[in-house]
This record gives sequence, structure tokens and C-alpha cells, in this order.
Amino acid sequence: MEFFLQLLIQGLSVGFLYALAALGFVMIFKSSSVLNFAHGELLAIGAFIFLAFSVWLKLPIYLSFLLTLVGTFAMGFVIERLFLRPLIGEALIEVIMLTVGLAAMFKGLLLVIFGGNLFNYPDFLPAGLTIKWGAINIPPVYVASFIIGIIFLSIFGFFFKYSSQGIYMRSVADNQPAALSLGVHVRRVFAMSWAIAALVCAISGIILGIMNGINVHDISVLGLKVFPVVILGGLESIGGAIIGGLIIGILETFTGGYVSTSLKEVIPYIVLVFILLVKPYGLFGLVEIERV
Amino acid sequence: MRKLKLHPCGKFNEQYEEELTIFSTDFGRLWMWVGIVLLFAVVPFISSHYHLYVINHIGIAAIAAIGLNILIGYTGQISLGHGAFFGVGAYAAAILATRVGFPFWLSVISAGVITALVGVVFGLPSVRLKHLYLTIATLAGQFILQYLFVSWESLTKGPEGIMLPRASLLGFDIKGDRTFYYVIFVCFVILTWVAVNLIRTRFGRAFIAIRDNDRAAEGMGIPIFKYKLLSFAISSFYAGFAGGLAAYYIGSITPEPYTLMLSVEYIAMIIIGGLGSIPGAVFGAIFITVLNEILSQSTQFFMNIEGLAKIALTIAPLREFVFGLAIVFFIIFEPKGLAEVWRIIRSGFRLWPFSY
Repeated sequence: MEFFLQLLIQGLSVGFLYALAALGFVMIFKSSSVLNFAHGELLAIGAFIFLAFSVWLKLPIYLSFLLTLVGTFAMGFVIERLFLRPLIGEALIEVIMLTVGLAAMFKGLLLVIFGGNLFNYPDFLPAGLTIKWGAINIPPVYVASFIIGIIFLSIFGFFFKYSSQGIYMRSVADNQPAALSLGVHVRRVFAMSWAIAALVCAISGIILGIMNGINVHDISVLGLKVFPVVILGGLESIGGAIIGGLIIGILETFTGGYVSTSLKEVIPYIVLVFILLVKPYGLFGLVEIERV
Repeated sequence: MRKLKLHPCGKFNEQYEEELTIFSTDFGRLWMWVGIVLLFAVVPFISSHYHLYVINHIGIAAIAAIGLNILIGYTGQISLGHGAFFGVGAYAAAILATRVGFPFWLSVISAGVITALVGVVFGLPSVRLKHLYLTIATLAGQFILQYLFVSWESLTKGPEGIMLPRASLLGFDIKGDRTFYYVIFVCFVILTWVAVNLIRTRFGRAFIAIRDNDRAAEGMGIPIFKYKLLSFAISSFYAGFAGGLAAYYIGSITPEPYTLMLSVEYIAMIIIGGLGSIPGAVFGAIFITVLNEILSQSTQFFMNIEGLAKIALTIAPLREFVFGLAIVFFIIFEPKGLAEVWRIIRSGFRLWPFSY
């Protein structure tokens, strides 16, 4: 029983990591229906920019956090301007391949600049955030990330449902030509959605960095683990991303604990194929798959 | 002798067959024969061992890239699992040769067939899914297959790898780069011929119809699912065949090379070469293989110079960067790839000096 509880807690924390990583992905998909294969690299870029500000330039933590957010927001604009704007109105296949290319490019660039070593942030979260509950001890990182997750969930829930910008984004994602003809400024919507998504990715990346340390390879592997998570949760659903993340995390640690450690790495993908065959729109996704 | 067809002033097709011809003029046909003579009678004798080694790898990569282009370029279904399919071919050939004792030709062909079956399994989600979901399914396939290579130790011997017996064909030992050159490029010519002609048949036209508009294709009575699976099977056959050849050529296999990076490399090949173009796949294979060699040579070059070893270490990840950059660059600036560049150069010659 103790082993079970231990695995459960470990699984929940891994799952939270996945859920956090998936948030930015869902943002991009929801607002522009681009399947972003460069997601892990966006997380890594945010984490490394924060590292550069806080550890190398030795700026105060909160200032460097703010600068990272501003920097990644601007970077989102630049990425959209340089790479995705020329493809507005092109076939989906080219956009997907473009993100595959961007992933390789960013990863190479990060490896050239920072190398493949493991980096750590200084400890800066207040120790008061620790939750003690009997024998269970939840470290402040998880508490902080839990709070951030809830904030994300509510802000973006309202944003997409009620704000006009959010509704534009959904319309662009749903049908680009139709949105264009109804007078939605597609280019501006695209730019905004990439900028916001880059910012969300940076926040997730920093939290991941605090939890596990940052390493280019690890984060890009994590970026691909996002796929099982969002497919399980439903591609358009932020709540689904969180629940999907938790389920995948628990499943992974239980497989690792009870079955075999090597199977642990692929079980999310096996689940992914299974879900795609049985319930492709996931738990909370929009059921509008066109069967051709 | 029939009248020779030379370039007309413009393109005036009067019959459907003219649209379907591979060589619109006899000049093109002549160049093909010149190319084949060069390929088999000149290139192997003027190249050094190292060059032959590179050229052989280009040939293997080109076979796999042609297969992937049938799937992505002609049918419009993205596969991110081709690196693993290539690995399935290599493992199938190695296992059949060592365990069952199949001869060289039979194990390479069976490797293709087995990979085709595996490809169909991962193509099955295309029953109900389109582009993006299917892409994710093949990504999952890549990871699942990679896991099987390492963990199914009773079959694949895990990280230890498998040594292959020496290949022999019709009683001749195939050893050394030059003999392999002939084997690889005879296969290459045959498979290219098959692919070029496949696109002209009803199958090829169905593939293109599915790519251009699947709903319209279904409305016109094309059984979409069947053709999508067929496309998966054909493309995986090419990948598996190339994988089998590569396994025999290298002589031993381990699970390391068949990663997602290899899949991205193949995608880079066909994007850079030109989606939906058989010569494009070959151009792309040449471009990427040569780029790979240049980057690894320059790493070695800097490694050997005192004090510059640090630069060498930064060049290694540059490889990924350059691949990514090439993919992005071609998608944005020349989506039709090198094949289109080549066409423009050719028509530049043809129209000179009056480019109207």
C-alpha cells in the first residue's frame, strides 16, 4: 500500500509536469490549429532565457522573470512573422512540416549556445509554500505550479469564451478562409496567438526547469510527450490537457513500478495509438472529426 | 524509324497520352540513357573508395526517399515514422538472414514486404483520421518501434545488435564498395522505374486525387481508405527494402540510428528535393547525404587541429540546425524544392537566348 501511495504521488507530480508542458501547445492549437512539433524547443527556449538572465547576468529573480516574459512574447511575434506568416492560407501539411523543421533548428541552436549539460536555477521559491499533510510532503515547486495551472485554466477559459480576441482566435482555427472573409484580421490573430503561446511556454518551461533542472534533450523529449497528453485530453481543451497529463503521468509511473521500467517510456504512445483508434477526439475535445 | 519528337514552341497536348508521357521529347529519353551509362560504366571506375561509400549511401537514401515521397508528396499523408520503418527493414533482413538463413535477395525483398505490413498497421488510424491526427499516430509508431528494437531482446538482441552474413547473389560474393554499388543502383533504377510508372497508373492518379481533395476523391468513387493503406504499404516497402540493403552494406545493425532524427532527415530530403516529384526525392537524398558527410568531415577536420577541438564540438549540433534551416527555408521560399530549381535552370537553357 505504501508503495502504491508513493507511486501515486510520484505519478501525480510527473503528470503535473506534462499538464504544464501541454498548456502552451493547446494554446497554439486552439488559436491557430497549428500542430506545433517545436513545442519542446519553445519550452526550452523560455527556460534558457530565464537561466541566462538569472544565473549568467545575475539579475534579481523577479526582474529576470519579467524580462523573460517580455522576451518570449516578442520572440513569439518574431517566429510568427518570419516563419508562419508566409504560410497563411497554405496547406496544413506544409505548416506541420515547417514546425518539424523549426524544432530541429531551435534544438540545434540551443545545443550550440548552451550545450547539452544539465543546468539548475538557484532556489528562490519561498519555503512557506510547502504543504505538510501527515507523512506527505509537497515541495513548494508543485504548490506554485498548481496555483499557476489553476490561474491559467481560468484566465484562458474566460479568454477563449468571452473576449473578442479569443473568439477571433477560435474562428481562425476553425476555418481560416471563412474568418478572413468575415473580416477577422487573421494575421494579427496569428501573431497574437504565437506571442501568447510563447509566453505560456516560457512560464511552463521555467517551472519545469525548477522541478527537474534544464537540459535541451530532456525538454525536447518532454515536448513530444505532450502529444499523448493532448490527444487523451482533447486537442482544444485546456482542462483536458491537465487531466490528460495527470492520467498519463500516473499511468507511466505505475507501469514503471509494476511492469517494467523500459516499457514506461513508450506506454504513453501505446495509449495514444489506442485512443486514436477508439476515441480520436479525446476526453474533452470537440467532436467534429471529418471521416473521409 | 518514327519521327523524333523535339521541343515544340510551348506545350500543346492534344491527347491524354501526351499528358501522361514521362519524356515529352526524345531528347529527354536520350539524356536518361546517357545518365544510365554514366551511372554504371563511368562513375564506379573514376570514384575513390570514400566517394563510392558516399554514393552508395545516397542510393540507399534515395530509395527510401522515393517511397516517402509517394506517401507524403503524392498521397498527402504525413509520416513521421519513416526512420523506424527503415529500421524495421534492416532488422527484418538481419533476422531472416541469421535465424532463417534466407539468401541475400530473398531477405531484402522479404524485409520490404514485412515493413509494408508494419506500415499498414500504423496506417490503420487513417480509417477515421486526417492529417494531423495521422501524423501523431505515425509519431507514436516511431517511438513504439524504437522501443521494440531495444527491448525485444529475444528477437533483436537489444543494444548488442546483429552481425549479418556476407551477401551473395547468383553464386558471387558481394563484397567491397564497387560490387555493392552495382547491386544498390540496379535496385535503385528498377524501383525508380516502378515508382515513376506507378504514378501514371490508376493507383497513382487515385493517390493524387486523395492528396488534392479527399472529399472530392471519395465523391468520385475512389475507395479512399484502401488507397491510403496501399500508399502506406508501398512507401513502407521502399523504406524496408532500403533498410535491408543498408543492413547488408554496413554489415551489422544496432538500434541507435533509427531515431526520430532519421525520420526528420527523410522528410527534409523530400521537402528539399520537391514534394510530389520522383527526381526531387533523388536530389534531396543527394543534398542531405552530402551535407551530412561535409558536416561530419568538418567535425573531424577541426578535431585534429590542436586548440580547435572546441569548435568541432559545436559543429556536431549544428547538423540539426542546418537540417531544420534547410527545411524551413525550402518550405517558405521554394516549396516545390530542388526539382523546381532544376526545371527552371533547364528551361532557361532551352529558351536561351529568347526567354519569352
